[in-house]
Amino acid sequence: MSQKSVWEKRIGLFLMPLLGAGVVLLVWTLTAAVFADNLPSPMKTWETSRLYILEPFEKRGELDQGILRFTWYSLERVAKGYSIAILLGAPLGFLLGMSPLFRGSFDPIVQILRPVSPLAWLPLGLVIFQKPEPAGIFTIAMCSMWPTVMNTALGVRSVPQDYLNVARALKLSRPKTLLKVMLPSALPYMFTGFRLSLGIAWLVIVAAEMLTGAPGVGGFLWQEYNALIYEHIILCILTIGLVGFALDRLMGLVEQRFRTA
Amino acid sequence: MPILELDNACKSFGSTKVLANVSLSVEPGEFVAIVGFSGAGKSTLMSLLSGLAMPDTGAALYKGKHITGPGPERGVVFQNYSLLPWLTAFENVRLSVDQVFKAWSLQKRNDHVERYLNMVGLSHARDRRPAQLSGGMRQRVALARALATEPEVLLMDEPLGALDALTRATLQDELERISRLAGKTIVLVTNDVDEAILLADRIIPLSAGPSATLGPATEVSIARPRDRKRLNHEPLFRHIRVSVVEYLLDTKRTKQAATKRPPKSGLLVPAMEPSV
Repeated sequence: MSQKSVWEKRIGLFLMPLLGAGVVLLVWTLTAAVFADNLPSPMKTWETSRLYILEPFEKRGELDQGILRFTWYSLERVAKGYSIAILLGAPLGFLLGMSPLFRGSFDPIVQILRPVSPLAWLPLGLVIFQKPEPAGIFTIAMCSMWPTVMNTALGVRSVPQDYLNVARALKLSRPKTLLKVMLPSALPYMFTGFRLSLGIAWLVIVAAEMLTGAPGVGGFLWQEYNALIYEHIILCILTIGLVGFALDRLMGLVEQRFRTA
Repeated sequence: MPILELDNACKSFGSTKVLANVSLSVEPGEFVAIVGFSGAGKSTLMSLLSGLAMPDTGAALYKGKHITGPGPERGVVFQNYSLLPWLTAFENVRLSVDQVFKAWSLQKRNDHVERYLNMVGLSHARDRRPAQLSGGMRQRVALARALATEPEVLLMDEPLGALDALTRATLQDELERISRLAGKTIVLVTNDVDEAILLADRIIPLSAGPSATLGPATEVSIARPRDRKRLNHEPLFRHIRVSVVEYLLDTKRTKQAATKRPPKSGLLVPAMEPSV
């Protein structure tokens, strides 16, 4: 009985995702064969991409590098933008959560800026910074900041009154209450925000690199589209997806740790 | 001179008058129990004494001076423990010790925390977080946290309300012991008349709300240490019990007749209270 359930688990873990992948490959092959002549088939995609996958860190030229090397450039860019997003977003969230005056004044602006697309921020970044690199980082920061802001504000508003009463009964100073009671209490919410922000930061990288032509997995994607090597578009899409998935899982683990603490 | 006083204090939340003309006078070293229905305004009364809330009219006084906020001389044990879940038992107590005895060395503060954890019998669980402690153990940590600041007055807001009957009885016995040892002024708010008789020098009933007010006090002149097993056979115990319960039920009947509301739950039944 237990032997059987172990096998069922393995089937669930490995066979079913394989089945899903098989179906997608089949649809892809049929689409390529039947009505999208320019769409490379899975086999052709592998053939054209294998050099980039098998030598992932090779640098053959500025625009011709292994896929993980490009990914690394993108990750660096994301790390910069994301750091700025968190360093600005967390304090902003705290202010929104703590001060009714601040919330009344700035919440409407936050709500208006929140849904703005990265494609809209990038030109503004170029106008402000005059260079593509800081403009890209600016775009990533502006787009990925909001989940951190909103979740931090929510976390601060959700600090139980009981904890605040403890702080008051002990006469903790304002900074001490913030550091010892409100911050630890809001931390699980903040980490949810951090995780969502990281997801968006990675989402934005493609747009940012496409428009600035910066070397990276998004820049490579756009360049290969222009060079008519469509196989590499698919390679990039898969890479972006896998890296995004890995980042999300990684942040999920960190988040879990703080939830149980 | 009384150490704690309420002088005709009134407190409303919105349009509901919770407390009406509450007057109370607690002498130094006295153990006063305030007994009332759930939702009658006991926690509100406690907030006035702790300084977490101010009376709308009337006054709350500590040693004759107006209470303007919480202070370390008045230690509070909250109804729902209110331990910080990310800190261990030790760290929860240390937080308050750090705050009150800032001038002490780290070693002295640590020893102090250790001593109070030992007093409530939790030395073995010092490094556990609240989530890893039972309800009774959490309440002990909360008690240690309040006692460790060495307040002159200990304010306990239904400290055992959230516990099961057996744990409750054990902790009541322990509170009896600790209160005797500590010799502090204690105000206990409870909905358990037996608990009040076991622990207090004086029992004051809080009439049913809204517009709750304090009724006539009853002295508990039963010798200490009090033993719950013997207490049941004490004629005075039964007398006090009956008179307090009857007073409370009377106020409830009068209130209901006046407001024509459907009968609500009786004593010892937990219900929602306006949290302050």
